[in-house]
Amino acid sequence: MTFELSADHETFRKVVREFAEGEIAPHVAQWDREHRLPLDVVRAMGDLGLFGLVVPEEYGGADADFTSLCVAIEELGRVDQSIGITLEAAVGLGINPILTYGTDEQKTRFLPDLVTGRALAAFGLTEPEAGSDAGATKTRATLAGGEWTLNGAKAFITNSGTEITSVITVTARTGEKEISTILVPAATPGLVVEPAYEKLGWHISDTHGLSFDDCRVPEANLLGVRGNGFKQFLAVLDDGRIAISALAVGLAQGCLDVSRKYALERHTFGAPIGSRQAVAFSLSDVAVAVEAARLLTYKAAWLKDSGRSSAEVKQAAAIAKLYSTEAAVAATRVATQVFGGNGFMEEFPVARFYRDAKVLEIGEGTSEVQRMVIARGLGLPVT
Amino acid sequence: MNIVVLVKQVPDTEAQRQLNPDDNTVDRAAVDPVINYIDEFAIEEGLLLKEAHGGEVTILTVGPERATESIRKALSMGADKAIHVTDEALHGSDAIQTAKVIAKALGTIEWDVAVAGSEATDSRSAILPALLAEALGVAQLTQARKVTVDGSTVTIERVTDTGYESVQGSTPAVISVVEKINDPRYPSFKGIMAAKSKPVTTLALSDLGIDAGEAGLANAWTQVVSFENAPPRAAGQTVKDEGNGGGQIADYLASKKLI
Repeated sequence: MTFELSADHETFRKVVREFAEGEIAPHVAQWDREHRLPLDVVRAMGDLGLFGLVVPEEYGGADADFTSLCVAIEELGRVDQSIGITLEAAVGLGINPILTYGTDEQKTRFLPDLVTGRALAAFGLTEPEAGSDAGATKTRATLAGGEWTLNGAKAFITNSGTEITSVITVTARTGEKEISTILVPAATPGLVVEPAYEKLGWHISDTHGLSFDDCRVPEANLLGVRGNGFKQFLAVLDDGRIAISALAVGLAQGCLDVSRKYALERHTFGAPIGSRQAVAFSLSDVAVAVEAARLLTYKAAWLKDSGRSSAEVKQAAAIAKLYSTEAAVAATRVATQVFGGNGFMEEFPVARFYRDAKVLEIGEGTSEVQRMVIARGLGLPVT
Repeated sequence: MNIVVLVKQVPDTEAQRQLNPDDNTVDRAAVDPVINYIDEFAIEEGLLLKEAHGGEVTILTVGPERATESIRKALSMGADKAIHVTDEALHGSDAIQTAKVIAKALGTIEWDVAVAGSEATDSRSAILPALLAEALGVAQLTQARKVTVDGSTVTIERVTDTGYESVQGSTPAVISVVEKINDPRYPSFKGIMAAKSKPVTTLALSDLGIDAGEAGLANAWTQVVSFENAPPRAAGQTVKDEGNGGGQIADYLASKKLI
């Protein structure tokens, strides 16, 4: 039994940390203020090989394990959550469905640019009236004359409106009780990318609503088997949950790192605030949560990399996501408190951390959904 | 073109560095080792030269066994192979002795340019590239902020206090580069994996025909006689603006020869 990542993972972690601290941290406050995703950084992340980690070499990837991706997301997330989610969504939601279900032609067409960070792909699942209840999807796709015609709307779609977005994988109703996934290339007539959302956090991350108004794509743009859409996105979300969990671990670790430093530097009544039990013990609790969250996350990643049953991975992913994201939200609350008045100021990263945290308990399955998944995993007939 | 990049492993610049009180040498165990910061620019310049002119980039490091970590990092950035000179007898060697060791190590391979960082963040003597060029009797092109190679002619922009000088020499040449000459790349994931199987030749002093009596602290040409920790930072000087604040600041800067 071992509780260590491999030496390769640790070497890679160091590089991603250097990159995050060197290329992201100095500019992140400004990007956040401007609500701007810096595409040159996306490209640099491509050069680092981050988008292609889990992609086979034939499509330009590194054929690495899922754990490596979690390491990268954690380290980016430690510095900035928006950049972390940009990677997570680009791989987990953008690349992964095409890689898993795509034909050779689809893979060859889209993957090489996605792997290098020259393009981003998005996954259009959530709808204005179908979030956790994704089965209630209303977007329709009808097949006629060798073309799919899509009508409907999607909500909160990450990476869907950047200048380099190349394709959006859309779930749509293709029959009475049938959901399928269809590839809609960016700039297809009838695809309307709504203006970016005004969000509480994740300001750097690109998020749009989409609408489809007689949007036509070739029949060959069907991804995988017709009618398998529901099954496909459930599998996609299981992987995504582990990755979101890694993002949350990064945030909690980031909170611990900056608050520990601040607690040593900031003096009140002639002593560093870290000498006060109120501060020190709060940070001890954060340290415990970080450790527990990290273990749950990497255990789930390890189960996936070891090819364990999907039921086992699903349960571990839900447990990790639930615990890590709630721990991260709690950690931002502590960090902001440790920083006192400064914690409320955008001048310090903890204010951004605080704003960015909440969505972790919502995206890729809310905490409530995770509890439902876990309860079902326990064999409870929860509805 | 065969490019050699000289890489030194130093104690982490951002940590509290110290000397061993026993022999006044750098305490390497106390602080995590890293690649000398400026050497990362030398590695990048080597890689850029290779991309422009072809050939191979060889990393050359003199240092303890643990320096392999820095060598692997340089290889993961894209260098092709490495030579690691390591020997217990090297402990405490000064710049002059190290330059001689590097000169001998360069004698074991074919090379056209040897690129170094302009100084190391631990000793900061900034003299090794010059010593090396002297020891080898080759062109010495130091403090470069730009390097151009045309056939066997190397031209650099040498940074001076007031601007730069254009300096030219022919290969083989020793070049030292200043930071900001380029933007060092980060190792990619594939680079890290590939580095594991790149060849690293380990050489001892005996392999280079150097007598242990020429190396090490006891035989060094320079000696650290004593040292003390830097004094704690003194309180700053407050300039009170009574209508003449600008003039006072200008006087202060002038007294430091900054303006």
